[in-house]
Amino acid sequence: MTPLLTTKGLSRHFGGLRAVDGVDFTLMPGEIRAIIGPNGAGKTTFVSLLSGRIRPSSGMVVFDGADITAMPAYKRVRLGVAYTFQITSVFANLTAFDNVALPVQRTLTDGRTKGQVRSGVMAALERTGLADRGGTLAGQLSYGHQRLLEVAMGLALKPRLLILDEPTQGLADSEIDNFIMLVREIARDATVLLIEHNMPVVMQLADRITVFNSGKILAEGTPGEIRANAEVQDAYLGATHG
Amino acid sequence: MRDASPAKTYALHIGVIALLFALNLVLPDYHQSLFARIMALAVFAMGYNLLFGYVGLLSLGHAMFFSAGLYGAGLTVYHLGWGVPEAFVAGVACGALLALVIGLLALRTSGVAFMIVTMMFAQVFYLLILYFAAWTGGDQGLVIQQASRVIAIGGASFDLTDPTVRYMSALALFSIILLVTLAVVRSRFGRVLVAIRENEERTKMLGYNTVANKLAAVVAAGAICAASGAAYALLFGYVGSGFASVQYSILPLLWVLLGGAATTLGPLIGTLFMYYVTDITSGFTSAYLLIVGVALILLVLFFPKGILGSIRERWLRWLP
Ligand SMILES: Nc1ncnc2c1ncn2[C@@H]1O[C@H](COP(=O)(O)OP(=O)(O)OP(=O)(O)O)[C@@H](O)[C@H]1O
Ligand SMILES: [Mg+2]
Repeated sequence: MTPLLTTKGLSRHFGGLRAVDGVDFTLMPGEIRAIIGPNGAGKTTFVSLLSGRIRPSSGMVVFDGADITAMPAYKRVRLGVAYTFQITSVFANLTAFDNVALPVQRTLTDGRTKGQVRSGVMAALERTGLADRGGTLAGQLSYGHQRLLEVAMGLALKPRLLILDEPTQGLADSEIDNFIMLVREIARDATVLLIEHNMPVVMQLADRITVFNSGKILAEGTPGEIRANAEVQDAYLGATHG
Repeated sequence: MRDASPAKTYALHIGVIALLFALNLVLPDYHQSLFARIMALAVFAMGYNLLFGYVGLLSLGHAMFFSAGLYGAGLTVYHLGWGVPEAFVAGVACGALLALVIGLLALRTSGVAFMIVTMMFAQVFYLLILYFAAWTGGDQGLVIQQASRVIAIGGASFDLTDPTVRYMSALALFSIILLVTLAVVRSRFGRVLVAIRENEERTKMLGYNTVANKLAAVVAAGAICAASGAAYALLFGYVGSGFASVQYSILPLLWVLLGGAATTLGPLIGTLFMYYVTDITSGFTSAYLLIVGVALILLVLFFPKGILGSIRERWLRWLP
């Protein structure tokens, strides 16, 4: 099977800081991959390089066999790379409906979906449990609902790769259970790349886990392998849970 | 923002047009003429509002697009003897082309830099008009004779110097642009423009080429402002460099702020309000600009979103 996404020697430096440092990474279609690592490890920077939000200092990104290293972010989205922001970034002054209408009309314009904007929006809102909030301004939704709206917008892009940057941050425990079910459902027709600090969520969802530290991949493996890895214990798991 | 039943919205806009149509029959001569001027200039404000209100791009140079239309129409009539329709098209084309060039350059910047860059370009445009005084008439301007301002369609001819023809022509242009604006802001394109205003970074990450969308808005707004300028030249028979000065870049901003940015009818209300406040106060004091200034400050203090913007916020949430 050909990988959905690979990176070769991908790096991004900020001044002297090597936020992402020569990363070789492979993602197979259909998997749920979690990225974990301590604060400042370079996780957000890494996925930003994948989505095209920021440009690499060196290295390359290949999506579905095509080199997309120089491709602007908006074109990558049209190819099927969707990104939800770590810091909630919804359109606060627009209704939840209008927030989701933007990605829906994008896929309609690109001919990747068919039908009406309204039905596409309602489908995405229903999947995220926001169907009765369509008329509410996004800025007036609860924090948890805003995070879900982010996911609804990502979903509505009909992504082949959905990148979620700490989606459960700030969610209540009850909301997290629903969220786990939602991601499982999304993963039926998309590959999911999930940055997550909440270890129970990672352990329940991920097929494989990649551990970042200081801009490099420290380890990679199944949840079982990662749990057993002493180095990871030292660098991360021990540090946050000890 | 988007009403489930657009019927109410369309009824309101058609109603405003019908009201303006009816006013032609009852307004005394002086006010009929003033209203024609206000409608022509409200088109300028609507073009400006498309960019400032909906996309959130604050330009301080839109006098150049208005005067591109003004001179594009005025000079082709004056020097080349073109007919009114051709001259109008020439004016709009000049504005659109200029907007394309300025947009490509100025959209490399944003925020304060965008304000300054647009102001600089407008200043260059103003100085060029003065420099080529042999053709433009410089600060004296040019008067377009009545004979050149007659439209012949089939057997009928319409004299734009006739008050009723002039009023109806201004109303026709105003109505078309109002309905076009309404259609644009309700369209998918309009939704993207508002998204760019609210959060450009996020809009990009939803797959939109925000630079291309902004450029399209700059050109559309430029063409609308130029249509206003072209109509002004043909309806009132005068082109002059004053219309390219900084004052005419600030005025549409004031009209839009007063009426309500990002409302379809705000530009008309703002233009109307400002014209009448100026008109009434200048009737009894020479310090009328002071009173206009105070009125503006009071409005901004009590209605920060403009007249229609505040009405929408408080009472009529469905207003587009
Ligand atoms: N735009 C930037 N300019 C300068 N330094 C940056 C920039 N973005 C990130 N960094 C730095 O790069 C490093 C990696 O940051 P990044 O946000 O990728 O970490 P992270 O793994 O996502 O952390 P967290 O778990 O806190 O979200 C940090 O030291 C950060 O301060
Ligand atoms: Mg991060």
